Amino acid sequence: MSTAPHPGAPAAPGAAAARRGAPATASRPASHPSKATDRALPIEARGLVKRYGEIIAVDHVDLTVEAGDVYGFLGPNGAGKTTTLRMLLGLIRPSEGSVRLFGRDPIADGIQALEGVAGFVEAPRFYPYLTGQKNLELLAAYDGGGAATRIEEALETVGLTARRRHRVGGYSHGMKQRLGIAAALIRRPRLLLLDEPATGLDPGGMRDMRALVRRLADEGMTVLLSSHLLTEVEELCNRVAIVRAGAVVHEGMLIDLLAAAAGGYRLETTDDEVALGLARAHAGVSDADTGPGGLTLRAEREAVAELTLELAAHGVGLHALTPSRPGLEELFLRLTESP
Amino acid sequence: MTGALTAYRWELRKLVAQKRTYLGLAAAVGVPLLFVLVLVLSDGSPDGIPFGAEVRRSGLAVPLVILLFGSIWLFPLIVSLVAGDVVATEDGHGTLKTILTRSLDRTPIFAAKAMASATYAVLALVLMALAAGAAGILAFGLEPLPSLSGAPVPAPRALVLTVLVLGVYLMPLLAVAAIALLLSTATRNSAAAVVATLMGSLIMQLLGIFSSLEPIQPYLLTTQFSAWLGLVREPMDWAPVARAAWVCALYALPALAAGLVVFLRRDVAGG
Repeated sequence: MSTAPHPGAPAAPGAAAARRGAPATASRPASHPSKATDRALPIEARGLVKRYGEIIAVDHVDLTVEAGDVYGFLGPNGAGKTTTLRMLLGLIRPSEGSVRLFGRDPIADGIQALEGVAGFVEAPRFYPYLTGQKNLELLAAYDGGGAATRIEEALETVGLTARRRHRVGGYSHGMKQRLGIAAALIRRPRLLLLDEPATGLDPGGMRDMRALVRRLADEGMTVLLSSHLLTEVEELCNRVAIVRAGAVVHEGMLIDLLAAAAGGYRLETTDDEVALGLARAHAGVSDADTGPGGLTLRAEREAVAELTLELAAHGVGLHALTPSRPGLEELFLRLTESP
Repeated sequence: MTGALTAYRWELRKLVAQKRTYLGLAAAVGVPLLFVLVLVLSDGSPDGIPFGAEVRRSGLAVPLVILLFGSIWLFPLIVSLVAGDVVATEDGHGTLKTILTRSLDRTPIFAAKAMASATYAVLALVLMALAAGAAGILAFGLEPLPSLSGAPVPAPRALVLTVLVLGVYLMPLLAVAAIALLLSTATRNSAAAVVATLMGSLIMQLLGIFSSLEPIQPYLLTTQFSAWLGLVREPMDWAPVARAAWVCALYALPALAAGLVVFLRRDVAGG
């Protein structure tokens, strides 16, 4: 993919600033439709429920995506991520609850609610008997408002210029994913919803996709990224929601989630058995145990310092003391698989 | 309206780009050519139907005979091949979600699909008439066409009459297209929509042959395929044409309205 600025790039990099902690509405392009919608949150979902008969696919989901967020939407297969995304885009009606995109309801306000919004749910789909160029021309015609003038740049951005005149039926999975991004970019979105954009891509394609999403976010676009690839989410997202069986089990800043799970340590000592006994007896230390890698425990920083002194006083030497910080994957599994 | 026209132009481009579009059109052209070829290579004429005995006297009778034959399954099949597929296939392939998340409302998109289906019906009918007329004239000459009342209709007037006949024949055909469109939208399955439309047509044909059901026969959609026969009498009988207009509207408009309601309210969960 090229590194040229994407066709929908907002003028000011407000998103990056917002992710660094600046006010969420600090900086937005001047061309947005109304001040009211400019101030509204990109995504605000409250009590979202989708039932299919007895089955509850989405169970009272609340989502708040602020301007500039790169929001990771995580969950195992069948957790309700795609159904939620479809409700956000107005493709399916919620059984209960409400969705607002920049203050507008996709069901009540129809396609007006999708102004400034683009993306795809599951794999992007195109007409296989039309070329990539023709598919984008069709979508640009449906969009109106000069979208057609951005096709060339969008194709350049996703690296499909050379294949523009080939039928989409002959495209690889990765090329279709990139065409999906191009189709989104010609709308000049302020909010991009991407459902598993890197799924099925080879490692190079995944790297390029990540780079593109990062660049779009840095240029000020708010992104909601549904993904199974936790390293991708950890690398790109500032906020996450984790869903399990249709319900959100965690929602908030990624850094807070990781920090809350911190506090673990691993010790390699000259005598793990003695060290384990001392650790278990020490105030402020919990979950002490031994394993192949040595002694593991959870404790406050001060308690760990006191423990090292106590170990020394009892003649136990210390080879290594390492803070162990669980990755997103471990946290994800904890949140989605625990009983 | 602009949105509907934009979508309509793209619906036509999509039809042009798909091979299956040409299958129905090939049938619309091929069947009359085959019919004339059989006539040329044999001695007999189709008996028991209006203008059947006239096909060897005037080539202008050929399109009229094909219209009568074609109402049983040919034209309902050709029309439902597109109208029954136009929404369902997009749902199945996932392109419906692609276009429904753009800046065009569902109503103009549905209108465009209805207009494209109607355009296809018109095109199939016109191609059939051109092929049948040309082949008939080449084989049997441009002679006056005997009307159903027995008086000869001069060739130029018969040509104008044929155009009128096609217009009247189009009414039930468009009603069939509307029903196929509804089924395409409601079933989300092309094959189901096409087969159900054909089955409906065949069932109505069947009801049309029971004398005990005579009171309902004027209101069957398939009966309206013969309304044009009133135009080829001397003097013209407009009563069946007028009835065909409102009966077809009674089938088509609720089907279109129901199709639109389903399209507007449906969850797009496929693809």
